[in-house]
Amino acid sequence: MRKVGFNNKLLPYLLIAPQIAITAIFFYWPASQAVWQSFLIQDAFGTRTEFVWFENYEVLFKDPTYFNAFIVTVVFSTAVAALSLGIALLLAVQADKQIHGSGPYKTLLMWPYAVAPAVAGVLWLFLFQPSLGVLAKLLRSMGVDWNPLLNGNHAMILVIIAATWKQISYNFLFFLAGLQSIPKSLIEAAAIDGASPMRRFWTVIFPLLSPTAFFLLVVNVVYVFFDTFGIIDAVTHGGPAKATETLVFKVFQDGRLGGDLGGSAAQSVILMFMVIALTAIQFKYIERKVHY
Amino acid sequence: MKIRFHHLLAAAAVTVLGAGQALAQTEIHWWHAMTGANNEVINKLAADFNASQNDYKVVATFKGSYPDTMNAGIAAFRAGNAPHIMQVFEVGTATMMAAKGAVKPVQDLMKEAGEKFDPTAYLPAIAGYYSTSKGEMLSFPFNSSSAVMWYNRDAFKKAGLDPAKPPKTWPEVFDYAKKLKAAGYATCGFSNAWATWLNIEQFNAWHNQPLGTKSNGMDGFDTVLNFNNPLQIKHIENLAQLQKDKTYDYSGRTNTGEGRFTSGECPIFLTSSAFFGTVKANAKFDFAAAPMPYYPEAQGAPQNSIIGGASLWVMGGKKPDEYKGVAKFFTFLSDTDRQVGLHIASGYLPITKAAYEKVKGQGFYKDNPDRETPLIELTNKPPTANSRGLRFGNLVQIRDMWSEELEAAFNGTKTAKAAIDAAVERGNAELRKFERTVR
Repeated sequence: MRKVGFNNKLLPYLLIAPQIAITAIFFYWPASQAVWQSFLIQDAFGTRTEFVWFENYEVLFKDPTYFNAFIVTVVFSTAVAALSLGIALLLAVQADKQIHGSGPYKTLLMWPYAVAPAVAGVLWLFLFQPSLGVLAKLLRSMGVDWNPLLNGNHAMILVIIAATWKQISYNFLFFLAGLQSIPKSLIEAAAIDGASPMRRFWTVIFPLLSPTAFFLLVVNVVYVFFDTFGIIDAVTHGGPAKATETLVFKVFQDGRLGGDLGGSAAQSVILMFMVIALTAIQFKYIERKVHY
Repeated sequence: MKIRFHHLLAAAAVTVLGAGQALAQTEIHWWHAMTGANNEVINKLAADFNASQNDYKVVATFKGSYPDTMNAGIAAFRAGNAPHIMQVFEVGTATMMAAKGAVKPVQDLMKEAGEKFDPTAYLPAIAGYYSTSKGEMLSFPFNSSSAVMWYNRDAFKKAGLDPAKPPKTWPEVFDYAKKLKAAGYATCGFSNAWATWLNIEQFNAWHNQPLGTKSNGMDGFDTVLNFNNPLQIKHIENLAQLQKDKTYDYSGRTNTGEGRFTSGECPIFLTSSAFFGTVKANAKFDFAAAPMPYYPEAQGAPQNSIIGGASLWVMGGKKPDEYKGVAKFFTFLSDTDRQVGLHIASGYLPITKAAYEKVKGQGFYKDNPDRETPLIELTNKPPTANSRGLRFGNLVQIRDMWSEELEAAFNGTKTAKAAIDAAVERGNAELRKFERTVR
């Protein structure tokens, strides 16, 4: 490929300046504030401040419940990312077929994305509320002692369903667009060669969809790590005991609800590095398998 | 065209004049967390005050839930534009009082503004919660409630129990709940909202047991939790045992489970007395409120209950004239007839002795005995160091830790003793953290 150069030395910098400015204001500035805050112990009103170096971090790593939150996060995020990607792909493949009324069907599938996380949480909370919820009653009539208030596994299932449901629409939208950009001739050629629908999917469609799938994987990981505290707050408050307390919910709880800004900032810095590392790993290893 | 321009000029002149008039009034900003009917009560209070005089204008603004309102106030203070008055839930009391300079004690405010102010006019069980150990009022009590035991009279009849004789002690409650369960209330014999407020905070005050040293933190931030007493452990053990067959059924950390009472699922339900309005509007059965149960073997029980709810904090760094307006507004709120009206309309408790006496004198409680239950509990005995209230920093986090430990006991992952010991230990770590930030 021939490299295209700019004649003017300044122009390229000028062109990317707005993007850099936005990144600096909305990412680097708040991130650096969080790093600074994580070295401080401060009362809620900010009237007394003590610089403590890494003490907030030490406290975290000595705290067994922090490790518990880490495990919970791994379970929660793996389940949500896998389920929301899997279900969305299945739905998108079905919606991509030539069927009657696929328009309304597609629209309905996209709707949940417009729902705020807390609302999504409350919605599922109602459906599964042990004494009033429709689905909870159904489960109980089947002999399941459904009780997310005290049973940690039930609570986990509930937040996973709510978080997944919320993300499926977004994934569906991208998968559908990805599917529609695959030339029909390729699939037809494979069909003429005698490839079964399953085989056509895994050898032709899925590889061509891999850029979309990879993009969605990155976006979904970021979503489960950062965006799900609203759902957890509305549904379980991290309970019972600490069964659904994820890392980002702990950040939210300690900082916003508890006013412990130093400890909360230390947690968010750790979380930030974790997601940076995860994204880097994804780009280094998984992207190799992606065909653009 | 010309005429139009004249009109415009006239309109502009009127606007300027109007603005001039508004500027002559000192605005007092009041941030609150009241929704529904209580939101209207607040707006009416502000409107009535504004109509009663011309110098000050109270502007009431709804800022979301209690934690939202408090966070909004803290953020505004950090940015240098805090409101004058902020409604803060009782949980935030220690955080507010520790923020020296950020808040202005009500006692000082009234004195400096030259308003007549007699701290003994207020009900000690209520004002004491928001005062220093020396009796100086820090924040102005606004909406207060206490915990009571709501019960379904129709369910009692169905189970062959006398609705006129609600259970008085915990063993009686367990016995009643078993009978109710047998009579068809299979999923919940009794339950409660606000898990830690009922099962730990109110429980210990009601049995005259300490939650922590230094009068439950009222006398200093170097308080140490010590509520892992045998009675507390026994109570949690009993509940955990009864949870197994749902004679007791846990209803969550906040009050989202209150619907289980109004829907008729749980015939006995302990929660705030402020629940009254909701029950009255939604329950399709005959109900009543009885005092909280106690363990008969506990010496001196029942003692007195403590309050919940919120108070009004005055923020620091405002102009003397504005403080004068705030002081006048508090005097306006303390007025006996106003308190009587507020108490009857809102379901919250009256804050002055005179108002309580007046409502009693009118015979209101004869027709509405449920409304007096929390007041009987609060004034049952003169408060002791264990029952005056509590003041712990980081109480929001501590309550969450306590809830987690209670849940662990109720779902059987921990013994009651292990859970309560852990609740004390984890709470203490949090208290030490708070102490460091206020030194």
